[in-house]
Amino acid sequence: MSGNDVLQIVIYFTVLVLLAKPLGIFMARVYEGQPVFLGRVLGPFERLFYRLCGIQPEEEMGWKQYALAVLLFSLSGMFAVYALQRFQGALFLNPQKFPAVTPGLSFNTAVSFATNTNWQNYGGESTLSYLTQMAGLAVQNFVSAAAGMAVLVALIRGFKRHAANTIGNFWVDMTRGVLYILLPLSVLYSFLLVSQGVVQSFDKYKTVALTQAVTYETPKLDALGNPVKDAKGNPVMMESEVRQQQIPLGPAASQVAIKQLGTNGGGFFNTNSAHPLEDPTPFSNFLECLAILLIPAALCLTFGEMVGDRRQGWALLITMMLVLAPLTVLGTWSEQGGNPHFASMGIDQAAGALQPGGNMEGKEVRNGIVSSTVWATWTTAASNGSVNSMHDSYTPLGGMIPLVLIQLGEVIFGGVGSGLYGMLIFAILTVFIAGLMVGRTPEYLGKKIEIFEMKMAAFMVLIVNALIKIGTALGVSTKAGLAGISNPGPHGFSEVLYAFSSFADNNGSAFAGLNGNSLFYNTIGGMIMFIGRFWVIIPVLAIAGSLAKKKHVPAGLGTLPTHTPLFVVFLIGVIVVVGALTFMPSLALGPIAEMFTH
Amino acid sequence: MLIKMIKNAVMSLAVLTVLTGIIYPLAVTGISQAVFPERANGSIIMKDGKPVGSALVGQQFDGPGYFWGRPSATTPYPYNGALSSGSNLGPDNPALVREVQARVNALHAADPGNKKPIPVDLVTSSGSGLDPDISPAAALYQAGRVARARGLAEAQVRALIRANTTGRFLGIFGEPAVNVLKLNLALEGLKNKN
Repeated sequence: MSGNDVLQIVIYFTVLVLLAKPLGIFMARVYEGQPVFLGRVLGPFERLFYRLCGIQPEEEMGWKQYALAVLLFSLSGMFAVYALQRFQGALFLNPQKFPAVTPGLSFNTAVSFATNTNWQNYGGESTLSYLTQMAGLAVQNFVSAAAGMAVLVALIRGFKRHAANTIGNFWVDMTRGVLYILLPLSVLYSFLLVSQGVVQSFDKYKTVALTQAVTYETPKLDALGNPVKDAKGNPVMMESEVRQQQIPLGPAASQVAIKQLGTNGGGFFNTNSAHPLEDPTPFSNFLECLAILLIPAALCLTFGEMVGDRRQGWALLITMMLVLAPLTVLGTWSEQGGNPHFASMGIDQAAGALQPGGNMEGKEVRNGIVSSTVWATWTTAASNGSVNSMHDSYTPLGGMIPLVLIQLGEVIFGGVGSGLYGMLIFAILTVFIAGLMVGRTPEYLGKKIEIFEMKMAAFMVLIVNALIKIGTALGVSTKAGLAGISNPGPHGFSEVLYAFSSFADNNGSAFAGLNGNSLFYNTIGGMIMFIGRFWVIIPVLAIAGSLAKKKHVPAGLGTLPTHTPLFVVFLIGVIVVVGALTFMPSLALGPIAEMFTH
Repeated sequence: MLIKMIKNAVMSLAVLTVLTGIIYPLAVTGISQAVFPERANGSIIMKDGKPVGSALVGQQFDGPGYFWGRPSATTPYPYNGALSSGSNLGPDNPALVREVQARVNALHAADPGNKKPIPVDLVTSSGSGLDPDISPAAALYQAGRVARARGLAEAQVRALIRANTTGRFLGIFGEPAVNVLKLNLALEGLKNKN
């Protein structure tokens, strides 16, 4: 790696931390209901919103009611996105005249967006109307992110309150998240992205005349539309010529902004941010990549601020950084190594001032290797899942790193809200294991961790892991599952393992050679995304409710401090051991086997 | 209570749909169309009053007198703007090795005298299938062939490459890149002047 490569990675991490601090403190004020600087402008809207929706903002909820509100709200969103897709053919803002999306794909996409997964079985520019994109998908980008943040805030209140029966009001937490955090940031981001060339237009696709006509071969069809075959049974090919190109348009910038900020990741176009109209320049790429981790990183500091001990937030942020930074470097190194099969073919893969070199299959020249691998590791550390290069074409090690980051449970940053509540569950596991070692009742932030919390924490970790294993087993043992695989050998297995890891952990990125737009992957995938989201949210809220009821115990001699380097190392150990023990065998069948046969 | 919560849920979704799904994109579109009309509409390049492409979307070139861009994996033909796609071929997939070898052969056939190693971005397909750029190395590799096919001095072609190269952002981020469509249009412009 050159000096510039290292410098790029260092700047990414530095800018992230510099921006996370003020944003984290700002968000704490938002969720504590304190006056914020946008309050004067947006306060009247907030109050109008509650009046319109029949919400009493001062009314507090117990954990069960809070969970019910999350579920009802997410289900409404799912129905809305499903309906918009099914009826888009008859609705307005559909200049390309796209017909209704099939039921299976509509279901998958609806669940995908309402669960903040944003798995992409649709091809944006060839399937979805502008209305479906903006009033369906983009809305879920906002509200599924806000819902995740709300659940986190409820859990933080569980630690903070004592002898309390309630953990806040979901409607207020969700609304404030959208109004004061996500919307202002998205507006700012939209304009920055348009200034770089991300499209934002309601016109129909622009047709341009090609400078050089393209000739290509297609199977010849008879009058009924069936392929004509020759005497040997091979399809007869005929030459076709294209003289024009379609430049797709649409309200992309406004959607790409929130897709990156809300750890959503569902692309406006089929190839997501690899598409030059979704991520046109190195500057737009820097902005979009930074947005992936911005809110998840800042929320760590929001947490510290809200529990009244900033060191607790920094400890978690440092934990995440310590896992992510080496993996970012390792992935970059692996991709820069290039493809050994090309070595004897007279191809120059060495990086230099005039070319990126390395494994460029599936990557864009403007991003080269470093901007692609930083994105790939960040988007899977966070449960964002947007891509600016095709992970399926990565080297075995380069492709395994995103997979491992997903399988660590989306707690290294993770989704907005969901990543940190996952990490807090790992912190609880860690103090419990530490407590077992010394024979003391474990405590975290002054709350005793007892049987109920441990049951819920174990339940959470196990359910997601079970979903990945069961799903992958189904995928590689049924005809319907195998039919989706596009690459031979262990890499084909990796495609299926990656897909189910992405579903269960609500990431949404893919080894995209897998054809997921089939009845099998649409339905099973949809169900797994749903369970992976809500069978985690419910136990988390149960823990929040249980913790809120408890009294604070003052820290004693036997209390393990949870802001120290010792705790950070211990926490990393627990995350790595749980992840490694669970997934080593399946990784050995996929990327590790590929590494040794490469 | 359940009825009231369902009402809250449906109403919240409806109001937020109007705010984040209608007002927000409309407002962003309105302002973008006023402030960045060219960029918000696809960065279209005009020639003689007609749209001939987007500065951000690549086109297929395989004639000897043009600079070739990245191989494109879109279907049913390369650089299909209406359906972006990568190849998604794994690094060990024999199909990838075959395709890359065929591209190497095509480059050698078009310029038999050029024995230099081929920059990797010129024989691997891009993530979007619409990559507008090649690396400066990939452009320089083709300079001799293009100059001969067009009867130009190689120095003149190299100067055009330099003029159509963008650097890294702040000299740090991303990679230097040569916009293939702009470069080829500039080549055609030279011919018209002669």
